[in-house]
Amino acid sequence: MENRKVSRPSILRIPAVQTVIASLLCVLAGLLIGFIVLLLINPGGATEAMGTIISNFMSFKKAAKQISNFGNTLVKTVPLLMCSLSVLFSYKVGLFNIGAAGQYVAGIGVGLFFAHGLNAPWWICMIMAMLAGAALGAISGLLKATRNVNEVISGIMLNWICLYLVNMLLAPYMDIKMNETFALKVTHPAAVIPESPLFGSLLNGHKYTTIAVELAILIAVGIWILMTKTKLGYELRATGLNKYAARYSGMRDGFNIILTMAISGGLAGLGASMFYLTDMIKWPMAVTSVPAMGFNGIAAAFLGGLHPLGAIFSSFFIQHITDGGSFMEKIYPSEIAGFISAIIIYMCAFVLLIKQQLGKARMRRVTEKKGGEAK
Amino acid sequence: MTLLIQYTLLFASVLMLVALGGCFSEHSGVINIGLEGIMVFGALGGALALRYLPDGSAAVIVILASVLAAMAAGILYSMLLAVAAINFKADQTLVGTAMNLMGVAAATVLVKALNTAENPNNPSATIAYGSARKSFLIAEGMEFSWLTLLAVVLLVLAWFVLYKTKFGLRLQSCGEHPQAAASVGISVYKMRYAGVMISGALGGLGGLVYITAAVSEWKFENGVAGFGFLALAVMIFGAWKPFRIALAALLFGLFRSLSNVYTGFPFLEQLNLPGTVYNMMPYIISLIVLILFSKNSAAPKAEGIPYDQGSR
Repeated sequence: MENRKVSRPSILRIPAVQTVIASLLCVLAGLLIGFIVLLLINPGGATEAMGTIISNFMSFKKAAKQISNFGNTLVKTVPLLMCSLSVLFSYKVGLFNIGAAGQYVAGIGVGLFFAHGLNAPWWICMIMAMLAGAALGAISGLLKATRNVNEVISGIMLNWICLYLVNMLLAPYMDIKMNETFALKVTHPAAVIPESPLFGSLLNGHKYTTIAVELAILIAVGIWILMTKTKLGYELRATGLNKYAARYSGMRDGFNIILTMAISGGLAGLGASMFYLTDMIKWPMAVTSVPAMGFNGIAAAFLGGLHPLGAIFSSFFIQHITDGGSFMEKIYPSEIAGFISAIIIYMCAFVLLIKQQLGKARMRRVTEKKGGEAK
Repeated sequence: MTLLIQYTLLFASVLMLVALGGCFSEHSGVINIGLEGIMVFGALGGALALRYLPDGSAAVIVILASVLAAMAAGILYSMLLAVAAINFKADQTLVGTAMNLMGVAAATVLVKALNTAENPNNPSATIAYGSARKSFLIAEGMEFSWLTLLAVVLLVLAWFVLYKTKFGLRLQSCGEHPQAAASVGISVYKMRYAGVMISGALGGLGGLVYITAAVSEWKFENGVAGFGFLALAVMIFGAWKPFRIALAALLFGLFRSLSNVYTGFPFLEQLNLPGTVYNMMPYIISLIVLILFSKNSAAPKAEGIPYDQGSR
């Protein structure tokens, strides 16, 4: 009897399966509510509009258009994935890095400054962007470790300080005609990240697909290995679970907090350069609100079940529906995609609860079947 | 100079209202990062009321209707936080972030849908309330709003409720030690709901004050430009106490308005600082305050921790 129970564990008991189910439920809830809103706006084309959101580039008829739009989504997924890695890495250590948004902005600012201002090649720009994000993250970590300042609050303050600093830093490099920074391909081609050998040929030489795509996936795998297979990752996670216990067993809890925030910030800063140095996007003049990329990274991190490999899929999915939203017929506002992903994040807050329920439902079934014998 | 005073009072009343909202929520034990989203929804509720009121309504009715609509919209929206954080013990930072993202997106979608339904050629997310806005002004030609006065009244009221009533003291006990509060028969759930709903009402009203401050129409895709976050800074700088919050709001409001009008002051212009520096100042000051005083912070002890009846 006992052996049979062990040899046939319920598939619902496996944490990974629970996570996937919970994430899919979140997505489903988001899409359903989005669909209801579309129906309320105009019932006629709602189904078609929803189809466009879900299919994104596949909603185009011509193959060339499909490929180029798939490439666009891919390029925009890179920074989202990096931000979600940033968020989930720190979250695993018990820190909520809402400052990823600001670290991302710092990465944009420093990356573009090294390109425009100092004529640096792309890889130096990327390293500098990463260091800028890391430095910012380290400040939050330092404040947390030494002065007990909540990292969420210091992150929010630093987000805005960074936004205004970057506005000042990039002010000299504005193309007045376009109200944004100069196109790198025109002024500093050496600062543009080289084309991706794999995706470049796969996507018919898509203009913006750079090696950043491969790099981002490698980094995701690297973070996964770092977190689960190394001594450092173990120490960091132990510090996150209980910093007093970690200190008791000889780990440097304060140092670990700073290091975590620095790595987390570095990921967000690097992610920014991996997007802005493709030249697909420029920094506009006098930006008044913190770019949502860092916050969307929170969404992708939680939707991906706080797993680096899950984040690859969840970031692509969120970017996929966001781009899909922009292809809808004009009677439907494209912001509906942002609305759907916001609902998905909101639902993610309940993931823990869903998982508990999945576990409980299974437990109940077991005890019901066995009756008194269970005890 | 008058321009500076006008702007400062305007921004200060917005910041004060929203920060007081945050203060109630945090004193009940719930961190409200979603103030920005609540402001957007309050602004939306108020703006819709202004738009659909018949032209030529009496000023009193315009003010009353829009204020109530803004507060109701804010309360409604804050329920998202209340349900998730209080009943479902969700991560409050995560919920707040979702609310901020959702606030702008949902408001934009809604306004665009309303605009296109009225006129298919108008897919903008702008609501105009030009004529109705005049009702807010105490005297023609003077940019001083009844809403600023209302904000001052609410400040005194907030202080009174928080420190001089049974309700306020109970509310605070739930943010300090909910289990102890529960042991003497206070319903922590009800108190936290009350705290979050009050923050919704005040945050929503703050949103309305913000959008009707100096302009006669509002583009909802812009949200409220980070004022919800600035209000968080005000609340921290104000050490979670109403009158200190008011002073903090005045100071931060001053910086914010300096960024708009500093060119009118010869000595400030000679400093030759870009306007962004003044925008940055409030955040830098709050950060410094946090660094200096965090060790013995005035923050409610149990804020951000979901209340679990089982734990002691």
